[in-house]
Amino acid sequence: MMKWITAGLIILSAVFAAINGRMTDLSTAFLEECGSAVELAISLTGIICLWSGIMRVAQSSGLTGKLAKAAAPLLSRIFRGLKKNGKAMQFITLNITANILGLGNASTPFGIAAMREIEKEERSPTPELASHNMIVLTVMNTASLQLIPTTAAALRLKYGSSAPMEILPCVWITSVCALAAALAGTAVFGRISRRRQP
Amino acid sequence: MSFSDYIIPVLFAGVMIYGLCTKTDVFGEFTAGVKEGLHTVYDIFPSLFCLVISVAAFRASGGAELITSLISPLLDAIGFPPECGNLMILRPFSGSGAVALYESILKTDGPDSFSGRVASVILGSSETTFYTLSVYFAAVKARKTRYALAAALLGDITCSIISAVSVRLLMN
Repeated sequence: MMKWITAGLIILSAVFAAINGRMTDLSTAFLEECGSAVELAISLTGIICLWSGIMRVAQSSGLTGKLAKAAAPLLSRIFRGLKKNGKAMQFITLNITANILGLGNASTPFGIAAMREIEKEERSPTPELASHNMIVLTVMNTASLQLIPTTAAALRLKYGSSAPMEILPCVWITSVCALAAALAGTAVFGRISRRRQP
Repeated sequence: MSFSDYIIPVLFAGVMIYGLCTKTDVFGEFTAGVKEGLHTVYDIFPSLFCLVISVAAFRASGGAELITSLISPLLDAIGFPPECGNLMILRPFSGSGAVALYESILKTDGPDSFSGRVASVILGSSETTFYTLSVYFAAVKARKTRYALAAALLGDITCSIISAVSVRLLMN
C-alpha cells in the first residue's frame, strides 16, 4: 500500500505541477520538507516517549487490565479471537479511550503498542500480511472517535462564530456514520478476501 | 481552565499513585517505556519520512485545487459547497494543511455560513487517514495491508457526504 501512496503522490505531483506551472514550488518543497519530516519525528519522539512511559507504569501496575475488563463486553465483539484480558486488548482499550477523550497525542503510541501486541498474540505465519484485527484497529483510528472537536471549535470561536459548539450534533452523526461505514467496509471486504483465498 | 485541562495532570498523578499503592517499580517501568518509545520512533520513521515529503510535494503541486476545480460542477450539482472540496481532498493527507485550509474558509465565508459549517463538521469528524495507516502498519512491518485503505477511504467519503447532508438538514 505505502508503495502506491508514495509513488502515486510523487508522480501525480510532478504531473500536476507541470499543468499548474508550479515546478519551482515543487522542487523547493522536496528540499525543504525533508527537514520538516525530521522535525516532526523529533517532536513525535517526545510525545511517544512520554506516553509509552506512563503506559508501562499503568500496564504493569494492573490499571489497564481493569480498564480492559470494563470495555471487554463491547470490544470483544469488534476484535474477535483476542484474549479478553490480554495485553493486546488492554492497549486497544487505551487507544480507544484516548481517542474518545481527544488525547490525540496519546492515541498513537497506544495504538502502535496494540498493533504490536496483536501481532505477538496472533503469531501469524505470514507476518508481512496485515491481520483482520490489525486492519480493524487501524481503520477505526482513521475515522474520528473524538467526542468534542476541540480544534474546530477553537477556530470557530477565533473567527467570530456566534455558537462555536452548535456543530456538535452534526459532528456526532457524521462521525458515527463514517465509523460505521469504515467498519462495515472491513467486515465486507474481509469476507470477500477470505472467500478468494480460503 | 476547562474540564479538558484536568484530564492529563489527573491521569498522570493517578497512574503514579496507583503504581505506588500496588508497589510497582514506577521509575523502572517509566524509563523502560521511554526506551520502547525510542524504538517505536526508529521503526516508524522511514514510512513517516516518505509520507511527509510526498504529501508536501502534492500540496506544492496544487493538485488538490486542480482536482477540486475539475469536480466542482459535480459538487455544485449535489449541493456540496465547492470551497469544501479542497478540504475533503487534503484532509486524509495532511493534518496541518487541512487546518490551514479550514482557517481560510472560516476567514472568507465566516464560521456560521453553510460552507463554514460543513468544513467544521468535516474537520471535526475525520482524521489524517494516510498518516494513521502508514504509522500503524509501519510499527508491525506489514507490507500488505489488504482492504485497510479501501475501508478507510469508504469512511472518509461517507464523512464528506454526511457532513453536508447533516448540516443542511439540522442547521439551515
